[in-house]
Amino acid sequence: MTSATTAHSVVEPSTTTRRFAGTLVVLYAIITMIPLVWIMLTAFKSPDDAISYPPKVMFKPSLEGFCNLFTTRSRQTPEFIRSLGPPQGLCDDIARSRNMVVAGPSNYVPRFVNSLIIAFGSTVLAVALGTLSAYGFSRFRVPLKDDLLFFILSTRMMPPIAVAIPIYLMYRTIGLSDTRLGMILLYTSVNVSLAVWLLKGFIDEIPREYEEAAMIDGYTRFQAFVKVVLPQATTGIAATAIFCLIFAWNEYAFAVLLTSGNAQTAPPFIPIIIGEGGQDWPAVAAGTTLFLVPIVVFTVLLRKHLLRGITFGAVRK
Amino acid sequence: MNELSASSRITYRAVMVRPGVARRIRGLSDRTLAWLFITPTIVLLLAINIFPLLWTIYLSFTNYRANRANVPTIWLGADWYQSILTDPDIWAAMQVTAHFVIWTVVIETVLGFGLAYLIDKKFRGHGMWTTIILLPMMLSPAVVGNFWTFLYQPQIGLFNYVVAFFTGRAASSFQMLGDVTLSPWAIVIVDAWMWTPYVMLICLAGLRSIPDYIYEAAEVDRASKWRQFWSITLPMALPFIMLAVLFRGIENFKMFDMVNLLTGGGPGSTTEVASITLKRAAFESWRTGYSSAFAIILFVTVFGLANIYVKALNKVKSR
Repeated sequence: MTSATTAHSVVEPSTTTRRFAGTLVVLYAIITMIPLVWIMLTAFKSPDDAISYPPKVMFKPSLEGFCNLFTTRSRQTPEFIRSLGPPQGLCDDIARSRNMVVAGPSNYVPRFVNSLIIAFGSTVLAVALGTLSAYGFSRFRVPLKDDLLFFILSTRMMPPIAVAIPIYLMYRTIGLSDTRLGMILLYTSVNVSLAVWLLKGFIDEIPREYEEAAMIDGYTRFQAFVKVVLPQATTGIAATAIFCLIFAWNEYAFAVLLTSGNAQTAPPFIPIIIGEGGQDWPAVAAGTTLFLVPIVVFTVLLRKHLLRGITFGAVRK
Repeated sequence: MNELSASSRITYRAVMVRPGVARRIRGLSDRTLAWLFITPTIVLLLAINIFPLLWTIYLSFTNYRANRANVPTIWLGADWYQSILTDPDIWAAMQVTAHFVIWTVVIETVLGFGLAYLIDKKFRGHGMWTTIILLPMMLSPAVVGNFWTFLYQPQIGLFNYVVAFFTGRAASSFQMLGDVTLSPWAIVIVDAWMWTPYVMLICLAGLRSIPDYIYEAAEVDRASKWRQFWSITLPMALPFIMLAVLFRGIENFKMFDMVNLLTGGGPGSTTEVASITLKRAAFESWRTGYSSAFAIILFVTVFGLANIYVKALNKVKSR
């Protein structure tokens, strides 16, 4: 596309056009980044700086938001605080300057761990099931293939709340409500449709001749799948896995309706971080920042495959 | 002669024997393997999607309430469906949903296509800036909704400050989330911020799929840039734009998480999109039968609209 022969082609945009387009896009990118940058800045503000008007761009960095995120505190009289020994660690020090003492760890870490376990568990299952089915649909003559594929996709069209009603009843009956296993199975069922569609696209692109050659050399079909197709599909499997991971990591509707404490993930928890007298914005911002950073990293890793992922493999570059 | 027939007999035998032996050596037949590979996925979807769907259909015909499991279940027939379709509150929720879906899709399509058009000019560093623009759509809608409530705070929020800075109004003179006329737009703004990149990415693929020689031919024919845009760029990118509209339309029709955290449906019920009405009926009033019927109606609506749209899309594609 950008070979030397087309460099002076009539259809190449002029330098002025390019600069103009570039300026507008950069402007949009900057505006669109402001909310994200703002939340990250807020994470490092003291509560007073976070709610000052006009909003402060320059401020003295503070770790109070992170401290409040990870701890629970209780208010004490100055006399009581003075009677205690020296503060234990930075967070205790900050808390004492506000006439409080650290009472214990908050629920953020357990919720974050739940998010990790549920996201990884459901991703592994969805990708494993998805890879097998995708290979089946890609290579074998399956009766009603198109109908089955459409059925797999259509499960994605249901509004999550509509699915949540019977799942709630079902899990209550079989004892899966508010368990990690229940959430893993639910997210697997949502992700497996994406995994089948994406991976079918990736496996379709691997020439059949490779397996056929391997099978002539004496491999069974299954050996050919494991030793020839899987290594070829590694990139596709990795990209699919990251998409499943992001979905499970970000999911809120099922999590808020079907979990309460035990298996609650981070998205329903972050909005209910409250301090004294309303939301503790630096703590919320700190929780949000820690939660978003992995996604930012994954997005950069995934940028070549994003298009495929968001269109269920319908559009390939 | 004899030798030949003997050898042919051997070949014949080998051919006869091979499938059976091969099956034993090669393990499972393709047919068995196909079903072994596909069945687990189908079983999982049947257990966690289809069985619940059938259960929802059953419940939608009964008076069942999840918080009163001991009350005997009575078959009501299509009563719930009738009362939902004649309920003004439901139609109000549908109107709120329609406002949300139509405006977000229009804004996202216009902005997204515009951005894609600009990025397609391949200025220096366009790859990096594209990745930056894509970030919002990868984030958790719930967490995004939650932190936008901070930006929308009338006294301290950045959004109000910026608007006040450019319009000269006092920052505390308007409440994006507390005002009945502004709140429907507050959710549109956040959704557009988040999902414009999605439309942009699909449109960009569309623009890049148009081969250069078509433009070259148009140049030879001295077609103006304006004419080229309307006669080449737009029609050829149209299937992609429609695909983006389809995906955004379905997603926003189901919208729950972002709106639930931004406004929770309020003030009053001005931002109560269908999913929030459903959640209130199902998990706050515990009207399980009623909400099951509403869930089925929503599902059928999405499914029907999507099917009609896909037909139109295929027509455009085959043109």
